[in-house]
Amino acid sequence: MKVLVPVKRVIDYNVKVRVKPDKSGVDLANVKMSMNPFDEISVEEAVRMKEAGTVTEIVVVSIGPQQAQETLRTALAMGADRGILIKTDATVEPLAVAKLLAKVVAEESPELVLLGKQAIDDDSNQTGQMLAALLDWPQGTFAYKLEKDGGKLTVTREVDGGLQTVALTLPAIVTVDLRLNEPRYASLPNIMKAKKKEIAEKSPEDYGVDISPRLTVISVTEPPVRKGGEKVEDVAALVAKLKTAGAV
Amino acid sequence: MAVLVIAEHHHGGLSDATHKVVTAASKFGGDVDILVAGENAGAVAPEAAKVSGVRKVLKAEGDSLRKQTAEAMEALVVPLMANYDAVFIAATTTGKNIAPRIAAKLDVMQLSEIVEVIDQSTFVRPIYAGNAIMTVKSSDAKKVITVRGTAFPAAGNDGSASIEDAAAPSGPFKSEFVSEEMVKSDRPELTGAKRVVSGGRALGSAEKFQEVIIPLADKLGAAVGASRAAVDAGYAPNDYQVGQTGKIVAPELYIAIGISGAIQHLAGMKDSKIIVAINKDEEAPIFQVADYGLVADLFNAVPELTAAL
Repeated sequence: MKVLVPVKRVIDYNVKVRVKPDKSGVDLANVKMSMNPFDEISVEEAVRMKEAGTVTEIVVVSIGPQQAQETLRTALAMGADRGILIKTDATVEPLAVAKLLAKVVAEESPELVLLGKQAIDDDSNQTGQMLAALLDWPQGTFAYKLEKDGGKLTVTREVDGGLQTVALTLPAIVTVDLRLNEPRYASLPNIMKAKKKEIAEKSPEDYGVDISPRLTVISVTEPPVRKGGEKVEDVAALVAKLKTAGAV
Repeated sequence: MAVLVIAEHHHGGLSDATHKVVTAASKFGGDVDILVAGENAGAVAPEAAKVSGVRKVLKAEGDSLRKQTAEAMEALVVPLMANYDAVFIAATTTGKNIAPRIAAKLDVMQLSEIVEVIDQSTFVRPIYAGNAIMTVKSSDAKKVITVRGTAFPAAGNDGSASIEDAAAPSGPFKSEFVSEEMVKSDRPELTGAKRVVSGGRALGSAEKFQEVIIPLADKLGAAVGASRAAVDAGYAPNDYQVGQTGKIVAPELYIAIGISGAIQHLAGMKDSKIIVAINKDEEAPIFQVADYGLVADLFNAVPELTAAL
């Protein structure tokens, strides 16, 4: 089967973000950007399914500025076959992303779309579910394990309280959780080979999707800072402090 | 003006998360109704009717709703939204699974994990693992909102709402429930617990995690949490993970043991009232947020602490 894997370019997860003084957003200038960690897991899963013979072609897609092409190249170096870049400098909300992806799905007819469960920048956790709704496809969110069995996909999900297994009739949407796999590093020869793989450039207008935002950002501020604490000498001092504070 | 709250419930009991969502929903304004859907809805509905400030309870039972799968819940809730201006649901794995599906069907942008309601179109939510706080205004006619429970107090239990039946949608749906494997625990539930004891990578093994963390948690009547590193290493079940991509907790007391304090972990616990850190690395970032820090070998300090309490 053919798999579509959407990937997002985000601030690297190790970067301590800084809020802009004018409260308009987070400072993205000269900050290290990388592929959203959950999307690395979805690319990895698609590549493993291809290596196992379950998947025939992996198409990766990203929506964002020109630099999102680097994110696509990373996915291609990990083993994806070709890329689609929907170029825009605007902020695209999950609903608009889902609408664009629905158009790509109509064009590409994948049997499976594998997404990350959330992007670590907006922390929305919406796009996969929204895409499933727009396509009227079943969804397997927060996937811990995936298995294809004929026309069905068995997905074990990480839920509050434990694990839940659902069976989805293909085509389907799956969003991946942290523990699905350990993503590989792209090797140098594969990075070189990835440069030759095709990336089609598109724009939101090509798909006729209105991406104007529904949410207006009023302000972005720093979270309240915790008051600096103190170090205690030993366990007895800790217990005394906790008793005074009424915590134990 | 009316708001629908989708109840979270387990094993025939209403979850505390629902009470917190009702508080958030009442801040939005208008009448608040609760939808109790799924297995045991009949048993849970009277409990929901007692939540303070609720106008009525809609009860939907039926095989299709048994495990609240996203497709069945979408089929149930979307038509009901003709009567409501907003739908509020807890930002639990169930809520996160269902809400965006409903939002897309209504052609609205969802507001994820809000921590404050400013007015009927303005809400506050954390982004970047809680390192920035965003205030957003929605231009959508209807609002679909998931609520971070730790940010709102629980509503009381002095209500007397009426209960009405709502028809369960008929399938078949393209997804079906197969099985579940739940972690058995007599402890307080992690997200609602007043005290949380969390262990990290420094525990070294599942046995040590049990041996060191559990007695202290027992002594304190605390829930047990873990860092991602401890979960990935198999020291604790996935469900124990506290952090950006695990559970968000804000107990009265959070004791972080052998946890360095990565950005992603802090995202899940930095709103705790009192944070205690026990770590042998005095440079560990956890000490920057801890109210009381003890630089010590956890294998000596934690048993000593357990004994001293």
